Amino acid sequence: MSTTTIDLASSTIRQLNQTLHDASAGTFQVLNPKGAHAAAVGIDADITVEIMGSVGYYCAGMHQQGTVRIDGNASAGLAENIMSGRVHLAGSATMSAGATGHGGLVIIEGDAGARCGISMKGVDIVVGGNVGHMSAFMAQAGNLVVLGDAAEDLGDSLYEAKLFVRGSVASLGSDCVVRGSVASLGSDCVEKEMRPEHVATLTELLAAAGMDADPADFTRYGSARKLYNFHIDDIDAEVAAAGADT
Amino acid sequence: MCGIVGLFLKTEKHRPELGRLTAMMLHEMRERGMDSAGFAVYDQGEPGVDRMTLLAEGFDPDWSATATALSTALDAEVAVRPLEDHAVFEIHGDGRAARQWIIDNAPGVDVLSYGRQIELFKAVGDPDLVASRYDLASRTGTHAIAHTRMATESAVTTNGSHPFVTGADTCLVHNGSLSNHNQLRLQLEREGESFQTENDSEVAAGYLSWRLREGDTIDDALTRALVDLDGFYTFAIGIESGFAVLRDPIACKPAVVAETDHWVAMSSEYRAIAQLPGVEDAELFEPVPATIYSWSLAA
Repeated sequence: MSTTTIDLASSTIRQLNQTLHDASAGTFQVLNPKGAHAAAVGIDADITVEIMGSVGYYCAGMHQQGTVRIDGNASAGLAENIMSGRVHLAGSATMSAGATGHGGLVIIEGDAGARCGISMKGVDIVVGGNVGHMSAFMAQAGNLVVLGDAAEDLGDSLYEAKLFVRGSVASLGSDCVVRGSVASLGSDCVEKEMRPEHVATLTELLAAAGMDADPADFTRYGSARKLYNFHIDDIDAEVAAAGADT
Repeated sequence: MCGIVGLFLKTEKHRPELGRLTAMMLHEMRERGMDSAGFAVYDQGEPGVDRMTLLAEGFDPDWSATATALSTALDAEVAVRPLEDHAVFEIHGDGRAARQWIIDNAPGVDVLSYGRQIELFKAVGDPDLVASRYDLASRTGTHAIAHTRMATESAVTTNGSHPFVTGADTCLVHNGSLSNHNQLRLQLEREGESFQTENDSEVAAGYLSWRLREGDTIDDALTRALVDLDGFYTFAIGIESGFAVLRDPIACKPAVVAETDHWVAMSSEYRAIAQLPGVEDAELFEPVPATIYSWSLAA
């Protein structure tokens, strides 16, 4: 399979993306990204893109097919609205990584910043390090796996996404249930039992991401489902989450 | 939007090219704010010399006559370096008295900065043009902060541009929007602060001026700001010996920091930092929300 090199020191982002959109196969190596925005967005062919350095906003956004590998860090909105395929970041990402993703796999070897997986709708996100505050906010479907710690308000107003955290959680958001070390859970996010099917999913995701971790060390968090319908008694969602049935 | 850059040179190595590196960073943040731009540069100054950067917007003042009158009034030597509609006054005497004299005796002239080490330039228009108009690239020194503005809360004017002075050798740049600035402006006016614009960031600067005047350290003032300022912000604050960074607790506005043995750089986006020499060995991190970071020269 041929490798094509595109140097962003001499090519524009538009030229890069057009080349990637015109391709149907092959490997593309991108040099000198230097934090440029919108690199390798909207890829819809079974190609491999290797970006040699750090990228700016929305790298691999709307990803449909193939693999994007980034040998560096990523700014806001990595793989935003990914539909399928694979995006693999060797470094750390700032806010909103994997936001609104419908499918596919996002692997972040380092840390992810605030609001990782916000409003995710089916994507699987595996983070080797920590995630920032309000990660998985209003997450609807898919899996967020965190090998490190989660900052405040994990899974606030969570729908049916599953959250697996190995370290600690700072706080859970509303409608999200906790165990392990999460700074805090957001409203309606609660700790839930790890049943065999969850262990199987987690084992599969860790293997797919090439992460070495024991599924038995993780805690699962999910929705307390108290915010699905309005109840006047649940107006204080924190109170509702505290008494949630797991 | 708006873009912020800060560069602090820990060692002598890049100090002769402080301006060139800052201009390069500012250029990368140009797309985040094409309305106006500004920069504050710090050097180690001269003992016994206070400086002011003055702005005469929309008219052509006789700077040397102003300097002569000021010199007579203060009985101190005053040198003047005009640059476009700005001028730097160097006062071999009491800088505070000089500032007050300008406020009282030079109508239409704004004191953009004062202190021993700071010089501050700002104007409406393309950030690259602002940088070249005030010759940022040729500047030397220890640290600089700069800003590109996309106006949201108030008019596009020179006085609404950043940085805003907050005290001797201190200034502020802001990315974000404050929601309680009108109420806070009224409170600060009662505390003796005066404001030239309807701008929310000027209120943040006035807030810090007030706290610093009341004896707070920068850290104290910023800790209090976390309680009193409501809204979105990433601030970079230039101080005499370095700079500080603060993000609001929600941290919607971006910030990234990189540090090497020779420099600390802060920006809204990595691409501004990606241009710096030795960046491949830099330690990179994202400032945590509601946490004060500061870097300064060892005392």
